[in-house]
Amino acid sequence: MRSKSHLFCTRNLALLALLAFIAGPVVGQLASDGEWPMAARDPANSRFSPLDQITTGNADRLRVAFTFPLGVERGQEAAPIVVGDTMYIVTPFPNYLYAIDLGKPEARLKWKFDPKADAGSQGVACCDVVNRGAAYADGRLFYNTLDAHTIAVDAASGRELWRTKLGEVGRGETMTMAPLVVRDKVLVGNSGGELGVRGWLTALDAAAGRIVWRAWSTGPDSDVLIGPNFKPPYPQDRGKDLGVTSWPGGAWKIGGGSVWGFVSYDATLDLLFYGTGNPGPWNPEQRPGTNQWTSGIFARRPDTGEAVWYYQWSPHDLHDYDGVNENVLVDLPIGGATRPVVLHPDRNGYMYVLDRATGRVLSADPFVPITTSTGVDLPSGRLVYNPQKEPRGGEVVRNICPASPGGKDWQPSAWSPRTRLLYVPHQNLCQDAETYQVSYIAGTPYVGADLKMVPGPGGHRGEFTAWDPVARRKAWAIKEDFPVWSGALATAGDVVFYGTMEGWFKAVDAKSGALLWQYRTSSGIIGQPVSYRGPDGKQYIAVLSGVGGWAGAIVSAGLDGRDAVAGGGFANAMKDLPRHTPKGGTLYVFALP
Amino acid sequence: MSSRFHDRVARGIGRRVVRRVPAWLRLAVFALLLGAPIVAAADARTLRVCADPDNLPFSDRAEAGFENRIARLVAVELQATLSYEWQPQRRGFVRRTIGADLCDVVIGVPSGFERLLTTRPYYRSAYAFVQPSSAGRLDSFDDPRLPSLRIGVQLVGNDLAATPPGYALARHGAIDHVVGYSVYGDGSAFGRMTSDLAAGHLDAAVLWGPQAGYFATRSDGHYHVALVRPPADVPQPFDFAISMGVRRDDRALQQELDRVIAQRAAEIAAILDEYGVPRLPLARAADSEAPR
Repeated sequence: MRSKSHLFCTRNLALLALLAFIAGPVVGQLASDGEWPMAARDPANSRFSPLDQITTGNADRLRVAFTFPLGVERGQEAAPIVVGDTMYIVTPFPNYLYAIDLGKPEARLKWKFDPKADAGSQGVACCDVVNRGAAYADGRLFYNTLDAHTIAVDAASGRELWRTKLGEVGRGETMTMAPLVVRDKVLVGNSGGELGVRGWLTALDAAAGRIVWRAWSTGPDSDVLIGPNFKPPYPQDRGKDLGVTSWPGGAWKIGGGSVWGFVSYDATLDLLFYGTGNPGPWNPEQRPGTNQWTSGIFARRPDTGEAVWYYQWSPHDLHDYDGVNENVLVDLPIGGATRPVVLHPDRNGYMYVLDRATGRVLSADPFVPITTSTGVDLPSGRLVYNPQKEPRGGEVVRNICPASPGGKDWQPSAWSPRTRLLYVPHQNLCQDAETYQVSYIAGTPYVGADLKMVPGPGGHRGEFTAWDPVARRKAWAIKEDFPVWSGALATAGDVVFYGTMEGWFKAVDAKSGALLWQYRTSSGIIGQPVSYRGPDGKQYIAVLSGVGGWAGAIVSAGLDGRDAVAGGGFANAMKDLPRHTPKGGTLYVFALP
Repeated sequence: MSSRFHDRVARGIGRRVVRRVPAWLRLAVFALLLGAPIVAAADARTLRVCADPDNLPFSDRAEAGFENRIARLVAVELQATLSYEWQPQRRGFVRRTIGADLCDVVIGVPSGFERLLTTRPYYRSAYAFVQPSSAGRLDSFDDPRLPSLRIGVQLVGNDLAATPPGYALARHGAIDHVVGYSVYGDGSAFGRMTSDLAAGHLDAAVLWGPQAGYFATRSDGHYHVALVRPPADVPQPFDFAISMGVRRDDRALQQELDRVIAQRAAEIAAILDEYGVPRLPLARAADSEAPR
């Protein structure tokens, strides 16, 4: 059970440390049904709340219970964390951490923590200055700051317990992901794959913030923590030091593979799962080879970081298809037996079902229109690229689907064990590498790979899809004008929630997708909705409103929509967004009357 | 406090003068044509330049770069006080500087740069090989030695893009020994490349002309520079015309700067010579508009 030491309100650090010592390893995994202690609620990354007061029959009566201004008007991608009677929220840079007392009327601020993060990190972040939230364990909150630090804060007092510097902002490293706590370790990764960063996942000890291990995404096996127990399912991923030999020269040293998505954990197998980002900053022609271990998934032991298996979604990635999307751990009846699997909707457009113990691909089916590849060859596990859509410097390539943000980007899916459907927020975008224009950086003129994103087939830019991973098809899908850049939330009342970039927060029937209720918030929604039971015993739904991120930077960063390649080409596809939403930064909490 | 306020008022007046008082402009132009000193309203004017604080030979905070020198020349011509907004010239530079109304002009951008309104070009240069003088001269990507040489190249780190030499090296088999220099790191990529060249860690570097020339000029003849001959199989330009850039609706300032560039061409050329900027003739068909 989760320790309740945060309720003691003691200010005696020594006593806390002693209690932690006596209690043994930090657990922090098992939430009571009314709590939401980490971004995805559980280490399986389900995003499923067992609360069922809000149902398909009464969801239309949802109303605003309270709101809270966050004081920062940039993209709000975080999940509110709820433990006991307190909600914790991390804002975009400057990365304030708020504790809100849910027991008080109108939800009063309990404390606010300002990490005083380095302002220089804002100029380094690729795609808005977002943060994806904190993780709670054993009376502490752990979160990352844009300037590449991990901080532990005492949940009761808001006091800093430790802070560890993990990367160099000056070299392009930032941190935006939400940590995962497994036993006594805090797992964190870096961002900055386009900027010459070399990716890693790092384990810190929860008590003091000391770095216990770091697993690099490129380089020799000793750096990648590949040893005798590494058993990748396919032969192309076996061999000595592939993190060096699958790159030319020393290109692996700045090869990307950053780790900025969600980490999941299976206690039965004692395995961590996470994806690695795209290779960079080299153009594909200058880095022939599979570019290990980028755009793939690792399974590792949490205690040592040792790699157990690996599979590469997009070998020698050509299209900026990071492999960091969430890995949802579920058990499915496949081939007459119940199998532990990983569900993973990838940027490259395929919905993967992997055997969780071995990494073998059980199925991979397109969930969006795909032109960049023709399929995944199951016997070999290989993605079969379409050579006609390969980018070549200075040449025209049209109708590249999905576009660089992929069939789906970071925005996390939710799994309902009741409907056995995965609810996937995603985009429907293609891109043309059609016109090339002069760019200029640090006194260096060049002709930019001018990627102009456009709506995919059907003309809509987003979709909210319920996917049946056993039948390997969509159960239903809702078309949205803009990319659905918010997370999804599934509940035991068979109501599923998501937000739109125009600012609508929607409740839909988990079985049919029928719209039950919607509410217009003050800005676009790109956050992760959560559900909790309040001190009054009622079920609440919480989400941050505040547009931004890569998709919404046209509003939050004031990009110029006439500039086709602003925001990495995304602004072109989002020219009309500023007409639909202003910037924002507000917590909305909803409940039945 | 009050001086800052005064400064802002002065800037406001300056910009109002530039943008909204064409009568003054006409007077100023007339005065310029006559070579006469500009009086009265012009005293309050400030030329707000956005520049990288650590990017020689272009600019630095000590104003030791050739773009700093050209900015000073322009300010004198416009009878304006020169002020700088210093920001690293990285992703988002235009948005965070001119876009945030912190300045009005960038002294060096490629002609036809879509994010700004660009003036007439004031020089054209090309990418160049830089090598120790003792080495056999390299000027073509078809040179058979290329794949075996340790060659430094700048990485622009922007959505799978590369510099033209970056593409050319890859297509000509120079892959295993090419060393990439990211925009992000300790000091400028140019500085890291040239110190590696000096330390013997590189056999050659492919640099943008002004950087190549600046480095070689200061090397006492230890290095030579050869502008590259564009390979036939890379459909990208290797030479670029360079202009000043202003806000896309700031035609008035663009026209003023065009006139300064035309009238002070000799002084600008002298500054570029001083920094060893290798140049190509300005005129070229379809003057470096976005190549199609």
